[in-house]
Amino acid sequence: MTDAATRRLPLIHLRGISRVYGHGEAEVRALDGIDLDIDEGDFVAIMGPSGSGKSTAMNVIGCLDAPTAGQYRFNGVEVAGLSRDLRALLRRHYLGFVFQGYNLLARTTALHNVELPLIYKGMGRAERHAAAIEALAKVGLEHRAHHDPSELSGGQQQRVAIARALAGNPQVVLADEPTGNLDTKLSREIMEVLRDLNETDGLTIVMVTHEAEMARYARRLIWMVDGRIERDTPTEEAA
Amino acid sequence: MLWETIRLAIQAIFRNALRSFLTVLGIVIGVGAVIAMVTVGQGSTEQVTADVEKLGSNLLMILPGEDAMEGGPAGTATPMFDLRINDLLQEQLALIDVSAPMSMSRGRVVFGNENRRTDIVGTDNRYFTAAGWEIARGRLFDTAELKSGKPVCVIGETVRKDLFGTADPLGEVIRIRKLSCEVIGLLKSKGASTFGNDQDDFVIMPLRTFQRRVSGNTDVNLMFAAVRDGVPTERAVREVEVVLRDLRRIGRGEDDDFTVMDMKQIASMLSGITGVLTGLLSAVAAVSLLVGGIGIMNIMLVSVTERTREIGIRLAIGAQARQVLMQFLVEAIILSLFGGLIGIAAGLSLGYLGASLLAIPFRPDAGVVLIAFAFSAAVGVIFGYFPARRAARMNPIDALRHE
Ligand SMILES: Nc1ncnc2c1ncn2[C@@H]1O[C@H](COP(=O)(O)OP(=O)(O)OP(=O)(O)O)[C@@H](O)[C@H]1O
Ligand SMILES: [Mg+2]
Repeated sequence: MTDAATRRLPLIHLRGISRVYGHGEAEVRALDGIDLDIDEGDFVAIMGPSGSGKSTAMNVIGCLDAPTAGQYRFNGVEVAGLSRDLRALLRRHYLGFVFQGYNLLARTTALHNVELPLIYKGMGRAERHAAAIEALAKVGLEHRAHHDPSELSGGQQQRVAIARALAGNPQVVLADEPTGNLDTKLSREIMEVLRDLNETDGLTIVMVTHEAEMARYARRLIWMVDGRIERDTPTEEAA
Repeated sequence: MLWETIRLAIQAIFRNALRSFLTVLGIVIGVGAVIAMVTVGQGSTEQVTADVEKLGSNLLMILPGEDAMEGGPAGTATPMFDLRINDLLQEQLALIDVSAPMSMSRGRVVFGNENRRTDIVGTDNRYFTAAGWEIARGRLFDTAELKSGKPVCVIGETVRKDLFGTADPLGEVIRIRKLSCEVIGLLKSKGASTFGNDQDDFVIMPLRTFQRRVSGNTDVNLMFAAVRDGVPTERAVREVEVVLRDLRRIGRGEDDDFTVMDMKQIASMLSGITGVLTGLLSAVAAVSLLVGGIGIMNIMLVSVTERTREIGIRLAIGAQARQVLMQFLVEAIILSLFGGLIGIAAGLSLGYLGASLLAIPFRPDAGVVLIAFAFSAAVGVIFGYFPARRAARMNPIDALRHE
């Protein structure tokens, strides 16, 4: 199909997205009119200097934050103006998050951490347990299911966090500096997990990183400066 | 989901068991105090009622002075009764069976090396009939003893135990002040009354003996009148008032210089005292619940701050504001319900202890227990709402970034 009008929209479709903090003198344009399309099955790395708006972009894409202006269609549905609670529902059913600081619940086993989003999905006990074990298996940690985060290494904790993001079977996983707290060896492990998920399961991943080496695991690299997208290239060429 | 929320709340509470317990102490004290008080109060009310029934609710107590029970300046200006008045009253009252004159004083009674401070009462055999005393051993006074005021006495069980132990009191001579007095009878024990005062702790002698050898005057301190069977007490009281006003020559428009009380009135007065006590303690309990509620609010606010990141995680993975609100609200409610339960247990135990100490029946009240439970839940809702709302209103991005 070449007809633009009938062409299906990509999974993530941003047009003229802005996010402005503060008013008047103190105004900060964290995002300044971004256009971005991400297809299902893509693996996108976002890089750029500190303060360039990478995290803000992730938050908007992940529906944690609402843009000040612009259009955001997720799965073809306009979500830019949705209420807090509706955005929560979107996150619950379609989005998974991985954070730099793992953000696991302390004194709570890996299994329970992974089950957490499933509780909000209203899944029953047995089903939840099975799904959580399956997600832990995908990151190679099913044998650590009953350990607390404090008993796991940083890399293992981040893998549990990835399992938690996967457990709800989301369409997109958003990872803001997932390797930011890890050394190179563990970082590579995490990136391999993400790449496998993208390649074998066709999971759509958007990731922010400061390290070019980690960005190379992605298929596509976006370079941001001052709240704008400056470059958007496949990773093979960018390297 | 609700079950998960409750499970989660219980986990959070037990993760900090000591802190949780200290937090709910106010509620424990408040609920415990109310339940203990109500339990004891109901037991004593029941005991008073039973006591009065034992006495016979057809008894009237006639005291000199108006408002004698309110402890006005009776005695000084008010003329006492005497035996003549008592007998005239009995003669002229159609609705009264007997009227017993009584004079009383406190003093020490001595037998051998033993002694005891007790009530010394002067009266005649009419008192035993009116107040329902039965003789356990020995006999009551005979006419000659009453007429000439012989030094004889009938003693209560407590006095017997204290002075004689295992020895036989009958025929022994005890000393009451300067009077040497032969024990001729022993009364059957009535045990403790409602407020724990020992009804068996007294020595009784003929009125004349008392007047001559103990008080040194001819006063009668009070009269005990038994209302005829089937006569409404109110009518008997009115009759006493009319006749006594006449006997004491009180003119029209002048106030009574005596008080007539029936035992029902005394009972209601006694339970009135219990009521006042219950009211006072309820006020203390209310303050305590308020303090307890503030304690819960405080600890929930701390908890919300401590768990900001957790809230951020939950919001990020798709919890809605009302689910976070629910989580913290349920936690506050369960916390205060725990407090309420501990308070109920403590209150019932205290009530049981109090009841056995005061020798009154243990009467836990299911209604009050339920109300206490509901109240602690309400404290949880009211004081948990504000912290929970604060948690629910958090911005997930800020919450996740919280250190
Ligand atoms: N809550 C906020 N209030 C005000 N300004 C904010 C807020 N969040 C971000 N900003 C500003 O928006 C701009 C973009 O921030 P953002 O966190 O998106 O940058 P970033 O590219 O993720 O940086 P880094 O690489 O350091 O993580 C920055 O100038 C930042 O100061
Ligand atoms: Mg950032």
